[in-house]
Amino acid sequence: MPLADTGALRRDPAARQRVFWALASLAALWPLLVLTEFKPWLLWEDGALKPALRFVADFVPPKMDGEFLTLVARETWRTVAIATAGLTLALLLAIPLALLSVRVLSVSALTGRMAPLPAVVRQGVRWLLVVLRSVPELIWALVFVRVVGLGPTAGVLAIALTFAGMLGKVYAEILESGDAHPAASLLRNGSGRLQTFLYALLPQSAAELTSYTLYRWECAIRSSAVLGFVGAGGLGQMMDASMKMFNGSEVATMLIVFMALVWLADRFSAALRKWLA
Amino acid sequence: MTVGAHNALDPAGKPPLRALPPPLFSARCKACWFVLGVLLLIALSFWSLDLQWAKFLSAGALAKMGRFLAELTQLESSPAFIRKLLLASLETLAMSAVGTLLAVVLGLALALPASKTFDGDPARWRGLARLVLNALRSIPELVWATLLLIAAGLGPFAGTLALGLHTAGVLGRLFAEAIENAPPGPSDALRVRGVPEGRVFIYATLPQLLPQLISYTLYRWENNIRAAAVLGVVGAGGLGQLLAFHMGLFQMGETGSILLAMLTLVALVDALSFASRRRMSL
Repeated sequence: MPLADTGALRRDPAARQRVFWALASLAALWPLLVLTEFKPWLLWEDGALKPALRFVADFVPPKMDGEFLTLVARETWRTVAIATAGLTLALLLAIPLALLSVRVLSVSALTGRMAPLPAVVRQGVRWLLVVLRSVPELIWALVFVRVVGLGPTAGVLAIALTFAGMLGKVYAEILESGDAHPAASLLRNGSGRLQTFLYALLPQSAAELTSYTLYRWECAIRSSAVLGFVGAGGLGQMMDASMKMFNGSEVATMLIVFMALVWLADRFSAALRKWLA
Repeated sequence: MTVGAHNALDPAGKPPLRALPPPLFSARCKACWFVLGVLLLIALSFWSLDLQWAKFLSAGALAKMGRFLAELTQLESSPAFIRKLLLASLETLAMSAVGTLLAVVLGLALALPASKTFDGDPARWRGLARLVLNALRSIPELVWATLLLIAAGLGPFAGTLALGLHTAGVLGRLFAEAIENAPPGPSDALRVRGVPEGRVFIYATLPQLLPQLISYTLYRWENNIRAAAVLGVVGAGGLGQLLAFHMGLFQMGETGSILLAMLTLVALVDALSFASRRRMSL
């Protein structure tokens, strides 16, 4: 007779505790459910279910006529273009900021402690990067849509600012994690900071920097598609418009295109990283 | 003397010395092609987008920007509004917590069919379950939220479901990988005795994986708090919805306070996660 079937071992010895903790956590969950207005039964009410079902039923077949597809293709390209342009501006901002904040390039730190002024500047730049990074790009986009109006400019600026913060911080970390010895010897022998960066820091970590930037480009494509929902151009803006018209077949096409775009960007950046490694 | 002469072996049979620096471009240089491609992509992007730099950098726009920022700094701090703000922050936290919990349940339910647990496991549903997980994951929270608004209506419920669905895709994939990589010893021991698969999972696989699953979940919860703060911009509850509402009415003082609350929330979460990571790694 298998052991599992003997009466004594059939019951879970910890059953009582398990039941108690399950009930206790349910009780703790209650206020959260109230706060989030968690009422799944409302989904099954006629008023909610019918329009939702009609919308979803509209998904098949996705809209596939030539004119619409060219429009989608154009917006998809714009999504990629917003991500690329935004990331380029982010790089223009991130590289100088990263160089300003890297401690390895400090001349005064070669002999003991860093002098007070450079230390303050480096810390200040770090704080600036943290602030840029911690405002979500969607919020930047909302602000810029107010200033420059609807369209890709707001998206490009939003991506530029947020990604400048992320890239600058990580670039500085990558540069500092490398071997500091070459940089110190170059600085000690009288080379400038930029020369030290180009000949001591960059060769060590160029591969890592490139692969991180590619990964961020992939993230930028994802977020530029989302930024459209607040009016910053690209695929998102078009999807938002179709959704407001309850046009299920158009939304379905765009969802498919969006998933394909994300998947392609993922494959493409992975392949490039492997090729460059 | 020809240019090629420096390539000849010298009498001692040593390899040739490179007298010339490498050329700037050669058809075999990967990095050159890469840089060329990137430059082309960048040029095309800037050329095809009609970016309105003139409008953005004009004196009028800069003045508008300055005025906008000045209005934002006049924070609204009446007790009634602060109470509203606190409630919205709590709502954001609750959305992220319930969303993550939903994601754990749904992700685990999908991760089980999506993983091949032992060598002879037919795992019939593996392909389908992985497809569903990928679909859930590749649609961002914000898009889920706009889709769900139609069924669930405005408010935090749609946002919670959106967080849950996207995170279920992310967690499900991680869980499936964890289940497949679990050490097979204990579960094989139970399986050999004829214990059914469900119990094998609960009594052998799950206890081994629990710490890993919990750490994945906590990490996603942290992400979800950040996501929940902005998700409301499309009307899905929390601080974001409050922000969209007051920004729409051009009440800049209130908007500034909400932005400040959002940044504080995100910074708090960052600091907490940094501190707990450091404690755990010590």
